[in-house]
Formats: sequence, C-alpha cells, structure tokens
Amino acid sequence: MLKDKDRIFRNLYGFESPGLKAAQKRGAWDATKKFLTKGRDWVIEEVKSSGLRGRGGAGFPTGLKWSFMPKVSDGRPHYLVVNADESEPGTCKDREIMRHDPHLLIEGCLIAGFAMGSNAGYIYIRGEFIRERETLQAAIDEAYDAKLIGKNNKNGWDFDLYLHHGAGAYICGEETALLESLEGKKGQPRLKPPFPANAGLYGAPTTVNNVESIAVVPDILRRGAGWFSGIGRPNNVGTKLFCISGHVNRPCNVEEEMGIPLKELLDRHAGGVRGGWDNLLAVIPGGSSVRCLPSDTCQNLPMDFDSLSAHKSGLGTAAVIVMDKSTDIIRAIARLSYFYKHESCGQCTPCREGTGWMYRVLDRMARGEAEKREIDMLLEVTYQVEGHTICALGDAAAWPVQGLITHFRHVIEERIDQYSANSKPDGAVREPVAAE
Amino acid sequence: MPKLIIDGTEIEVEDGITLIQACEQASVEIPRFCYHERLSIAGNCRMCLVEVAGMPKPIASCALGVNDLRPGPNGEPPEIHTKSETVKKAREGVMEFLLINHPLDCPICDQGGECDLQDQAMAFGVDGSRFKENKRAVEDKNIGPLIKTIMTRCIHCTRCVRFMTEVAGVSELGMTGRGEDVEITTYLEQGMTSEMSGNVIDLCPVGALTSKPYAFSARPWELRKTESIDVMDAIGANIRVDSRGREIMRFLPRNHDDVNEEWISDKTRFVWDGLRTQRLDQPYIRTRGKLRPATWDEAFAAIAKKIKRGNGKKLAAIAGDLAGAEEMFAMHDLMTSLGSANIDCRQDGAAISPNAGRGSYLFNSGISEIDETDAILLIGCDPRNEAATLNARIRRRWRTGKLRVGLVGQETDLTYEHDYIGAGPDSLKALAQGKHGFTKVLKKAKKPMKVYKPPKTRPEQR
Repeated sequence: MLKDKDRIFRNLYGFESPGLKAAQKRGAWDATKKFLTKGRDWVIEEVKSSGLRGRGGAGFPTGLKWSFMPKVSDGRPHYLVVNADESEPGTCKDREIMRHDPHLLIEGCLIAGFAMGSNAGYIYIRGEFIRERETLQAAIDEAYDAKLIGKNNKNGWDFDLYLHHGAGAYICGEETALLESLEGKKGQPRLKPPFPANAGLYGAPTTVNNVESIAVVPDILRRGAGWFSGIGRPNNVGTKLFCISGHVNRPCNVEEEMGIPLKELLDRHAGGVRGGWDNLLAVIPGGSSVRCLPSDTCQNLPMDFDSLSAHKSGLGTAAVIVMDKSTDIIRAIARLSYFYKHESCGQCTPCREGTGWMYRVLDRMARGEAEKREIDMLLEVTYQVEGHTICALGDAAAWPVQGLITHFRHVIEERIDQYSANSKPDGAVREPVAAE
Repeated sequence: MPKLIIDGTEIEVEDGITLIQACEQASVEIPRFCYHERLSIAGNCRMCLVEVAGMPKPIASCALGVNDLRPGPNGEPPEIHTKSETVKKAREGVMEFLLINHPLDCPICDQGGECDLQDQAMAFGVDGSRFKENKRAVEDKNIGPLIKTIMTRCIHCTRCVRFMTEVAGVSELGMTGRGEDVEITTYLEQGMTSEMSGNVIDLCPVGALTSKPYAFSARPWELRKTESIDVMDAIGANIRVDSRGREIMRFLPRNHDDVNEEWISDKTRFVWDGLRTQRLDQPYIRTRGKLRPATWDEAFAAIAKKIKRGNGKKLAAIAGDLAGAEEMFAMHDLMTSLGSANIDCRQDGAAISPNAGRGSYLFNSGISEIDETDAILLIGCDPRNEAATLNARIRRRWRTGKLRVGLVGQETDLTYEHDYIGAGPDSLKALAQGKHGFTKVLKKAKKPMKVYKPPKTRPEQR
C-alpha cells in the first residue's frame, strides 16, 4: 500500500485550493529551475530511468517517447501536446488532476517542453470538461502572472501554454485525431508512419502525452528516479491513479502503487464489492476498452500493465469497473459496444461497419434473440475488426466483446435457450426475465 | 533503391514509392478502393492490407512507403506476403464489412459491369453473407444535373472528396457525420459547380455517383469502345467514345500523362447529347432577307443553282470547328474544282496568321512542361473555363509550392493563388518595364511559361 509521503497528488480530493500558493505549499514549482539547468539529456535520462510508462492506456515508456524527438531543430518548431481528452468510460483521473492539482500539470508541461526543445505546448481538453477548463485556465494565467511560464520566465525556458477546448468526441483522444482536431480539422486519426515525433502538429515534431504522465514528472525529478522506480514491481513502477466505479460501496479515485492486488484496492479504498467479495461477477480493470475478467481471476490480481496483459486484459487507464452478480453482463457489454459504434469516426471500413454490426448482434443476444452459432460469428467479426483499422479504436471496440464471449459464453447461451423456451407457437415472445 | 521480397520474388524498387506501387511493379495485384495514384493517400478502405514479415498486424500497403520498411537483422530485404492466409482473411473480412451495408441492387445499378466493388467481391470476397441486421439506408442528394447520387451504395472511400479538394480545387464535397452515419454530401445539398465535377463519376468505385444524363441508357458490355480525341477545347484530351449501334452513349477519359492525365472537363464529358438530340435537322433558306424552313432537297437545289453560275472566285467556304477531316478535305476539293481559293476554318475569327507559322497557335512547350515550370504568366485567358484540365495541371504544380502565377486579363477564380497584374495592354507594358512585382518573379524563374489566348479579328459574338 502506498504511504502518504509517497503520494504525488496531494490534493486529489480538492480539500485544498488548486491555486498557485496552495500548490507551492504542496511542493509544486519547487526547484524547477534547477532541473532545467541540468539540461535536456538529464531530464530525459531521469524520466527514462524512473521507468515511467505512459498513463494514457498503452503504457509506452514516457522517457523513450521523449527521446524520439529530434535533438536539434531542422527549422520546424517542436510541440508538446497534452492529451486531456479523457473520454474512456470509467476513467476520471485526469479530470481530478486538472480540477485540483493543475499546477503539477503546468509544471510538468514546462519540464517536458524543455526536455523536447519545445517552446509551445497545447493542452487539448475534453469538450465536456467545462469547470476543469476554467480551473486549468485560471492556473495557467496564474503561472503566467507569476512568470513561471511564458516569455522570459523565472525558470529560464521560454514556454507558452495554450488550452484548447475540444468538442466532445471520444476519437479525439487518439493522438493523431487529436492533432487533426487541434489543427481545426475533422477529428480523424492519421496514418502512421509518419509518427508525430517526425511530423505531428502542423507537420512539426510533436509528442503527445497523457495528463497524468506529464503531471508526475516534476515529482519524479524532485524525489529522484530511484524513488519512483522503487515503488511497484519491475517494469511496472510508480504510483498510479485508480478510478474505481461500479458495484462497490464507495466508488472513488485513489492514488496507489502499481501492482496493488485488485482485492486490496477494492477493499481498502472502495469499501469492498457491494454485497461482499463473493458477490463479484466481473471486473473491467482498465477502462471500457479492455477485456473484462471474471471473478475467479480477480482473486490475486496485481493491477499493473504486465500481469493484466498476461490475463489478456490490460491496465489501460486503470479505470476499474466493478460488476456484481446483479449485472446483466451481456447488456453491459452491449452498452459499451453501442458507445464504440457511436464514437467511431467512420473513416476506415472495419470499424465503421463492424462496430454497428457487433452492437446489433449483442443487442439481440442481450434479449436472447439470437442463435448459438452467432456467438462464434460475432467473435470472428471482432477479430476481423481488431488490428485492421487505422487507429486503436477498432481494437478498443473489439476487446470488450471478446472478453464477454471468452468468459461469459455460458450466459449468452443460457439467455438464448431461455428466449427460445419462452417463445410461443404463434411466434409471439414473452419478455425475458429482466436482470437488474 | 530498396530491395524487397514480394511473395518470394526479390525486386528492387524506386525510392519513395509506396508498397502498393512496389507490388504493382512486381506484377502482384493488390485490391483497393480508396487508393488512387493521382490523389492523396487516405488509407481508409483497408482493402489493400498485406502482411509484412515481423509486423504484428496486416499493413495497409497504400500508406506505407518502401523506405519505411526495415531490413532484417542480417540485412535481408523486408518480406511482403500478399497471398498468405492472413492476407486472404483480412481481405475477406474487409470485403464483408463493405458489403454488409451495400445494397444488392447490382441489376439496377448503372455501375454494374464496371464496378470495382463487384469485381473485387468476385475476386477477393466470400460467397455468402452472415449479416442479418437491417442495412443502412442513406438519403440521395441532389447535387446538380450531371451527377446522379445513390448514396446508400457509397463505401466512403472519399476519392470524390479528395478529387474535388485537391484536383478540382473547390471544396464542394465533404464527409459529414461520424461512424456508420457518415455521408458524402455537398454543403447543404448545393449543386456542384466545378468544371471538373464529372470525373468523380469515374473515380467512384461503386455506383454511388453515376452520370445523370447517361442513367439507365446502356450497359458497359454492350458498348463499342473507340479511342478518340476530344474537340471541345484546344487541349485535345484523350477520350474513349462508347457507342451502341450508331448512337454515341458517352465519353470517358483515356489516360495520357502528357495531355489530360486521366481527367476530362464536364464540357467534354457531357457534350455527347449534342450529337444525338441537338442536331441540325432543319435547313433554312433566306428569301428576301428572311429565313424560312425548307427541305433538304430545296436547300441543295438552292446551293447547286448558285454554284452553277460559274465564277468560283466569288465563292467561299468556312469549315466549322467540329467538322471532320474527311468532310473538310471533300469541301476543299469541291472548292478547288470550282475555281475558288477562299476557304477558311477560323469561324470564330481567331487571328491566326499563316505568316506566324504553326508556333503561333500551338502550346509550344507542351502541357507536361507545366510540371517543371516555376512561373506562369497567363495573358487574356481563363484556363479554368477554356481548358479545364490544363488548369488542373497548373493547380497541381502550384500545390507543390514551386509555382507563381500571374494573370493579365479578366480577374477570375482560377482555384489557385495568382498575382493579378491588370486587365489591358497597359499592364503588359508595366510588366515589360519592370514596374510590376511579377517581373521579378519572371526574371528569377528558371523555366517561365507564358500562356496566352490569340486575339480575335472581330469581336466575339454572343
């Protein structure tokens, strides 16, 4: 369990002011200038050796990502873009950072911008985050007024920070769609290569990072890479914000060490599963796009990137969605499928056509109005979508369905049997017994 | 020159090309819908997926440059498989997705017989459908008198959108909506106004955009295809005349990289109705200053009577712009035998003098030279309306950022930026005296080009 002294986000619950003074009291903006004087390579090396992996879902090593940026500019500016388009169902960690600890993010932006030779940073904030935008903008203004960022600031690296308000599209959380949207175009993912580090925003070298990845950087530098890499398990280190929602007694956001067992996480911070641990049906451990895990795998489940992908799921954004036995799991996944159908950008074929197909079949299956051979067909359709699309939304749409079929095929079959048993000879059908 | 192994055969390909082009060079066919070599790469149809050894997912071959492929650990060339089980499955999968919301109305579809989707479904698809839900229906858009839309058939390859934006230079088509609700449309269903709009009919790989005047009039397999040259403007675009029996049904472009590439203007494409319905079918004879309808017999009798009076020197003949070479030669022979030397073809009064030679009316540097020129001065012409494919070529060069264009004459929207110098001879004079900024551009240019329209000896009659 994470000790209080190891917490990075000391105002996660907003008990104190998000303003500059309070943030400085909590440690923000302390010794920032000192880090910058140590040079770009030192910062990148420190982040690399801290073992920080991107907090946006894919878990790509942050320091390595920064090192892809050209060392010397070829005339084009370099850009830092912060992905604050947090739209993954179940995820609400970046929101809390921007609401309550925005200065950690701003300081992180300055440091990251310095490390990649960028004098301008853009924060792309989700369209629905109105209050968060206001708080964050106020904090940016404060930082400008205190000459912490901007031209000729105290920290010695010219850095302008712009907050851009999105229009509320899930797909704009995909880094290249985000860049398109930031450029004022339709939010549709770009083809890669070229990767943003070669040609990103306005064709210039760009790095897109998650809010949490950026916001933890100042503290890593302040306390040392060794401190960060000492928390958690090898290759899965540091602290992580977990967003616990669903059928627990006290849904919450909490900062914990990586690799904390799921059971401990739920029992200690969320008051346990509603109706006791034995009432657990399944858990979606990393936001709506990862495969769900049935209760029997959850018994001793370390919550980190590698052990969850060993279970063919993923840590994703660490948004733990807990479902107890009252859940109609087919309906639940069908609802997620509807979300992906709704949020597909429509650019490439498998996702545009496949998400609608998957949702419609699942919708019928939730009523039992399907045939058993359609289960395998649906599974095959998900594999036809997965890995065949421009961006990862295709994978994200396919995984929940795959998780459902892998672990809860018997539930679907029962539902289908129940439906056929209830149908009357004249073809009229009684409503299946509704689960909660 | 990177080396690749495509389906077991090693091949050396040019730098900077894409994998799909490399496969073509290796004579391996890759199915595609969104990819078009004259348009930007969209990579959205996912039909051209191939397997690259060492990569976890199938790769869209249209979007990956051969230079982005890494050689193996011992320097062996990257291996590409296009006939593997993975690729076959990927193609079948994408094809199935394309077809689930595509109506099965091939029997009543004008694209039938020349439809990419039809052909590729035969070659790369599976025979059955597993899709049991309702199909999507999309409202048709009325986008003018030339292009018919059946938008339910659209597979969202965005070729038409990219053509209009990039080649035609007007953002008249776009994609609205998201996910399976995306639709290709003009803004608020306005009609298309571009002089190049007809090309989207050829570009559309399915029957979503078809020719309105040609609708339901013929099937491609019953047409006789004759290669020809367009006469509607001075470009001489290469076209194919599709005819059934003695009737011309439509004109299609033929590829010619030095002339029209593979585009033709709407004037060229849709002029065929003039050959069938708007013919000269009624002769008139002028009596006492007034034209009166006559029969052909009367008309020819009148002509013969006049000719028989002798005095060939008082006779003259003007050949129309659209007259054929054989007819003109017959006319020439007739006039010579009658003792007349008064023959001419300048029916519009173009001031072409035999003294100035052939060079005075030719596009001397050649159209393809536009691709290399760095400054163009347009004098008294409006290429967008007078030679649309030439204008598209200038626009393409301009898009590379290496071309400056100056215009003397009537100011007009040419679809690209240009320096407007002035309307009359004064501005030409200013240009010659170096009083205009464009002089510098011309002086600095390594391969400048001047395009002008010959003046008329008499005012144009409207």
